[in-house]
Amino acid sequence: MPTTFSNPLALIAELTHRCPLHCVYCSNPQELQSRETELSTETWSRVFREAAELGVLQADFTGGEPLARTDILDLVKSARASGLYVNLITSGLPLDEPKLDALIAAGLDHFQLSFQGATEEIAAEIAGSKSHQQKLRVLDWLKSRRVAVTLNFVIHRQNLDQLPEMLAIAESSTATRIEFAHVQYYGWAFANREHLLPTRQQLDASLEFFQRAQKRLEGKIRVEFVVPDYYAKYPKTCMGGWGRKLMLITPTGEVLPCHAAKIIPNLVFDNVRDRPLGEIWQSAEAFQKFRGQSWMQEPCKSCDRRELDFAGCRCQAFLLAADPAATDPVCSLSPLRPQIDALLATINTPGQPNSLTSLVVAQHAPGPSADEASAPSPVAAGLVYREPRRTPPADPPGKITWLYRRNPS
Amino acid sequence: MPPDPNSRPRLAPGCRLGENNSQRVLLMPERALRLLGPSLEIIERCDGNHTVAAIVADLQKIYSKAKPEKVEQDILGYLQLLQKERALDFVVGPAF
Repeated sequence: MPTTFSNPLALIAELTHRCPLHCVYCSNPQELQSRETELSTETWSRVFREAAELGVLQADFTGGEPLARTDILDLVKSARASGLYVNLITSGLPLDEPKLDALIAAGLDHFQLSFQGATEEIAAEIAGSKSHQQKLRVLDWLKSRRVAVTLNFVIHRQNLDQLPEMLAIAESSTATRIEFAHVQYYGWAFANREHLLPTRQQLDASLEFFQRAQKRLEGKIRVEFVVPDYYAKYPKTCMGGWGRKLMLITPTGEVLPCHAAKIIPNLVFDNVRDRPLGEIWQSAEAFQKFRGQSWMQEPCKSCDRRELDFAGCRCQAFLLAADPAATDPVCSLSPLRPQIDALLATINTPGQPNSLTSLVVAQHAPGPSADEASAPSPVAAGLVYREPRRTPPADPPGKITWLYRRNPS
Repeated sequence: MPPDPNSRPRLAPGCRLGENNSQRVLLMPERALRLLGPSLEIIERCDGNHTVAAIVADLQKIYSKAKPEKVEQDILGYLQLLQKERALDFVVGPAF
């Protein structure tokens, strides 16, 4: 029985599935929840208090579009009052200057603006709606306000040639951080992965670009990047290990060990409406299932890396190996790695599709309205945060100890 | 490059002190840093009013048993690292 657990450090609060965008790599599940089933302001407030008591440091407000919640200011206030550091991950669409001021006054610590590309054309093609000019306006408003700003660029084969323009947008803003995150292949992105996976050549060129940018902008902008694990030698340390650091709460209150966990069959998820968060974190079946090492199979079971990557991603193991306890098939030590290599060989063959016309997309209920959504794909999953293996900064004289660290340096 | 001794470090936007399990922490985008002993003494003085030189002098007094050069070197290294992490801005010119 795996029983070892530590404090959770971050809470990903999926406040709503409603969103004005329809991105081809959306991390939301197929069965999008409607407004009527969303948790109330009061329940979220209780959840934030319980999270802070558990030792959670940061809350990530995400969605859908978190600004679609009409009580967003109250949610920011209550999370902050509980002692949490409040991140908002937004498309910037349902926003004007007074709303931005109100969010900052409510205690918002960190504003993360997501971008779909460096130009209106590609962004519109990816997101199915015109939003790029509004994002640039939001960056202008942020110049005269005191809040941390991150630009999140979701990258993939179709926009990877726009990296210099993306970086230029960050450099002309007050962002102190830019994140280039490759699409991860779950959910809608899994359905679309042959159109989204970069070629080896593109990937190598992008890595060189990121490293140059990191060096040039040191002390000004933290440049972070997430590479697609299909090209990696070892799997990602998904969510910092199952039930070790992070948890996600869905719009209706289910508590998940990761974004995509709902695709794993026979896993039962507890709901914050029924049980206190601490109890769920410590003893819920879904969290216990892949904690520790006793569930691991070979080659992970006897691998020296098992405490580094915890066998990789359980959802990816399920998607690719049909067994959530298997070694993540992207691992070079997995017997199923040849599957991935075969896919990459196809991707790297000249003459691959280079348009988005055949992609399937998430049908969110638009903005604040709450129509039940229907989706054209059988794939239901979520985008999983990845923590790439990077060498942590050397301890300086004076000793630095990261208590919580989501991304690479 | 080590920070200018006459500049005044202050926490960058989105960086602030917090508490976790009765320990002081520095909260910042996607990160949290545990502050122990000297690191807390340093961060508490990163308020835009203390110059780097003043912080060094303060800590040399507090840690009078340590070699002053070592204390200075440690502080400069720490401030430099936090700048690289974008946790600090360095204000130059007269205080307002």
